[in-house]
Amino acid sequence: MAGKTLFDKIWDAHVVNEIKEGPSVLYIDKHLIHEVTSPQAFAGIDQRGISVFRPQHTVATPDHNVPTVDQHLPIKEELSRFQVNKLTENCEKHGITLYGLNHPYHGIVHVIGPELGITQPGMTMVCGDSHTSTHGAFGSVAFGIGTSEVEMVLATQCILQPKPRKMRINVEGELSKGVTAKDVILYIISKISTSGGTGYFIEYAGSAIRGLSMEGRMTVCNMSIESGARGGLIAPDETTFQYIKGREFAPTGSAFDRAVEKWKKLKSDDEAVFDKELHYDAADIEPMITYGTNPGMGTKISSNIPTVEDIEPGNRESYKKSLSYMDFEAGTPIAGRKVDYVFVGSCTNGRIEDLREVADFVKGRRKADHITAWIVPGSKQVEKQAHEEGITGILEEAGFKLRQPGCSACLAMNDDKIPEGKLAVATSNRNFEGRQGPGARTMLASPLSAAAAAVAGIVTDPRSIL
Amino acid sequence: MSIVKFSTILSTAVPLPIENVDTDQIIPARFLKATTREGFGENLFRDWRYDKSGQPKADFVLNSSTYSGSILVGGKNFGSGSSREHAAWAIHDFGFKVVVSSFFADIFKGNALNNGLLPVQVSEKFLARIFQSIEDDSATLIKVDLEKQEISLKASGASEHFDINPYKKKCLINGYDDIDYLLSIKEKIAQFEVSRA
Repeated sequence: MAGKTLFDKIWDAHVVNEIKEGPSVLYIDKHLIHEVTSPQAFAGIDQRGISVFRPQHTVATPDHNVPTVDQHLPIKEELSRFQVNKLTENCEKHGITLYGLNHPYHGIVHVIGPELGITQPGMTMVCGDSHTSTHGAFGSVAFGIGTSEVEMVLATQCILQPKPRKMRINVEGELSKGVTAKDVILYIISKISTSGGTGYFIEYAGSAIRGLSMEGRMTVCNMSIESGARGGLIAPDETTFQYIKGREFAPTGSAFDRAVEKWKKLKSDDEAVFDKELHYDAADIEPMITYGTNPGMGTKISSNIPTVEDIEPGNRESYKKSLSYMDFEAGTPIAGRKVDYVFVGSCTNGRIEDLREVADFVKGRRKADHITAWIVPGSKQVEKQAHEEGITGILEEAGFKLRQPGCSACLAMNDDKIPEGKLAVATSNRNFEGRQGPGARTMLASPLSAAAAAVAGIVTDPRSIL
Repeated sequence: MSIVKFSTILSTAVPLPIENVDTDQIIPARFLKATTREGFGENLFRDWRYDKSGQPKADFVLNSSTYSGSILVGGKNFGSGSSREHAAWAIHDFGFKVVVSSFFADIFKGNALNNGLLPVQVSEKFLARIFQSIEDDSATLIKVDLEKQEISLKASGASEHFDINPYKKKCLINGYDDIDYLLSIKEKIAQFEVSRA
């Protein structure tokens, strides 16, 4: 008998029912919700006159729409305030745990799940947010869903879902100095494009992946969706277990040991067959940055923006449109261009390790005068830890300021918008037109490369000043 | 609760020959603050459709008097990016019933189907043919027959078969709702929970 992939093992164990020639009914262990994609789902529940089926399996936090200053005050913007209040109202009404603004556990939904130990290996997890794939770093099947599906989970703790195909991406070898998890995933997406993963669920494997910290693994899995894949996961190992141990909702004592025994079995069988398998050499990966308007348009900071001739004939018009939005010229070096804003944060790179990386780099240095740098911790706990570790002080001395937790300038739903025409180096996940504000131009990079850009004031290969 | 039943569509189409149309373009994040499903059509393709002062941009297809209809034809990899269902709501709310492309992002496709908006995936070649025939004659009619799973160009008679999950097809044709189905098997779900405990 053919072996099973890790994805198969988890998926199959959660199938409640199969519809003939249709999707599977998949049981969901943990459901995360936020203020933007849940109100219409709650309205649906109310309209049907039913209650939430398993309120204890849903956890809520407002993150997309919250201000990152003065969080102790009522939200100024009326629509945002209404939406955040609606979440509170819905959670109270249906008995759902809410980590609201100013709660010590508040934060970006994909940052708090792991740091509270809610995310555990072998689980199925969903959220009305495409970056739910983040949780796959723990060896869980986690993916983003639409609001109709949020309503399904609220109503029945299940969703209808066709089973995706399986892809394995192996990255073997050792990452060189200055090369981080963000560079790995930007590299992968630059190779397979923003549609190369569509229809697949990815398992990341290989020694370079195993060598990553949990924060690094989360960064990699987080951006799976940017390749079009529904999600990505990594087999849990000692690094995973150590991270989970002692966290608020993690099992304790002998229950933890029993859980670890179970989690250790969560890996793809040797003879498991993937629908697609790709291999990359860690030594080929350098600090990466994007130059266009989708996350697949990335390249080594040491290189040039591709010439039009480098692009497949059918894609040239889109390519030119993209470069024209960025106001970049094809074939020119990517490094050296003047940067206006630096944004460190988001569910991709707003964790403590990311802030440490920036602090280590900027210690004893100062940001360039013309740079506006926003550092937005992913959660209250990250913020607290940053204070305790002295990171806040280091950043302030270097001319940075730590804001309060939230999605912030990643999608600019709140006031944290990059002004029109300004160029930002951002540690977030999307460089779409206007993503960080109407007319804003975004280059995606690692926290280290973002820190280097802040200090140099231009796009810089961080290895040149390490 | 049933959704509106989907029947055969015969309509002119609106061409948007751009690749990788992401959901941030379809509906920018700053317009996601509503708590109901209605009204998102107003801000469909907001930043391509209006300038800074809110004036319609004459060169954008939704502002053109030449093109109209209930079929939107987009370039390859339509609907990538964010999972926001608001993208499907906005397209549907604007008046489209069908989106045609040679490739759809997964989550967008699922969201569309859950809202009575039919994503029709055609070959690159047929997509080019559709764009060409709209360019030749903006009044050209396109027929989308869900029952037969066929899209055809009325003028030339050219047609192509498209795939759809049989369950989803049945839902669309009959106006069935996934949640009604899930609620009907709630007991089975409860048994499943017990069996794993």
